[in-house]
Amino acid sequence: MFKTLHKYASPMHFHALARRWSTPLLWLSAVLFAAGLAGGLVMAPADYQQGESFRIIYVHVPSAWLSMFAYMVMAGAGAVSLIWRVKLMDALARAAAPLGASFTALALATGSLWGKPMWGTWWVWDARLTSELLLLFLYLGYMALQSAIDDRRAAARAGAVLAVVGVVNIPIIHYSVEWWSTLHQPATITRLGAPAMATSMLIPLLLMALAFQLLFFALLFIRARSELLEFEQRSLWVRELLGQGSPR
Amino acid sequence: MLSTPPASLAILRREMLRLYRRRGQLMQPPLFFILVAVMFPFAVGGDENQLRALAPAVVWVALLLATTLSLEDIFRGDHEDGSLEQLVLLAGSLPGACALKALAHWLSTPVPLIAMAALMSAVHGLQNETRTALLVSLLLGTPVFSLVGTIGSALTVGVRGGALLLALLILPLYIPVLIFGAGAVRNATLSMASGSEYFFLAGLSVLAATLAPFAAAAGLRARLV
Repeated sequence: MFKTLHKYASPMHFHALARRWSTPLLWLSAVLFAAGLAGGLVMAPADYQQGESFRIIYVHVPSAWLSMFAYMVMAGAGAVSLIWRVKLMDALARAAAPLGASFTALALATGSLWGKPMWGTWWVWDARLTSELLLLFLYLGYMALQSAIDDRRAAARAGAVLAVVGVVNIPIIHYSVEWWSTLHQPATITRLGAPAMATSMLIPLLLMALAFQLLFFALLFIRARSELLEFEQRSLWVRELLGQGSPR
Repeated sequence: MLSTPPASLAILRREMLRLYRRRGQLMQPPLFFILVAVMFPFAVGGDENQLRALAPAVVWVALLLATTLSLEDIFRGDHEDGSLEQLVLLAGSLPGACALKALAHWLSTPVPLIAMAALMSAVHGLQNETRTALLVSLLLGTPVFSLVGTIGSALTVGVRGGALLLALLILPLYIPVLIFGAGAVRNATLSMASGSEYFFLAGLSVLAATLAPFAAAAGLRARLV
């Protein structure tokens, strides 16, 4: 297993792997999206309190989950790159940042669309909302740092430090904001005991979560591929891939 | 962290000397702080009660902004004259050196700002309890600004447009301190205990003091190697 791991940590092999897998992943995610959306928007019954507007959770909850998952991917890749100097991880971290920022923005936008009919306001300074907004700023800061430093390798390493510092800070931000004020409902599914949700509503949500997850990986692979090609543009395998022959 | 006490003393002395020689520049954060605080009466209008209610929040935010603007200087001069490379090359003492840099920054910027805040809260006629809570929370919380700021300063050293980028990177990380600090003052205004907020601020400072120097050192190595 370690040998396989080592093999796919090399940019060339990972590039080939990502090229092979990104399209099937996209298709699989599209099928799951179709199933999840049909289940969530058509088959699931309307909520007895919230009516039809509850259906926004089929986009809101998966994107909120992914907003945090993408950060863990970014920071995890950053930590690995700082410790073991794996080039691939630099590419993965850089590729994950804009995706995470998009999912965070999507979670915030859908949340405020839901908040207007339910809470009567687009935005409240609630714990979840504020820490999610700060997560968005952490992503944007990472991306700003990436674009400010010209040398890609140096930018990736500086970004890795920032991402890891951000990980330490995320629980602090989360709990400080939580103790400060709160309105957002607590977790429904990831709590101890059975989920407090009807099965007909839950299954489409899980399908959507899986679809989002696969979409994330497909896009991550595509973005990481182009990052790798730029990182490694002077290396032999990229030139061969592009049909330019050997450097000299 | 440092191999020898004399080495760390030398670094600290050099820092303080460097700051003292540019004492004109040291006046800038306090002036900026006062200017920001003075903007509020103009913006809010002359309502005494409203101003008094806003004063602690204004002091915290103005102090935070003034500190953020000064962070760029922690490593910039050293980077320009090449002594930063020497600091990185010193055997095994980079996190220690970063901690000392943070200490020097804390003494040179937040501490004068806190003195200024004490003066201003007296001028604004804050109640005694509120003033005490404000000053205690500032003293406990501002080390986080310097320590975490050292990381941001290390990451943006030698980057064009560094000051604004630094603010973008570092301000989200300051939010917890702001929440607890302003919370302590709010509690005092309502005659409630602020003990838990003090403990949180002290805890954040201790956490930052243990981890931030290592992150700043990693950041410097990432930028310079």
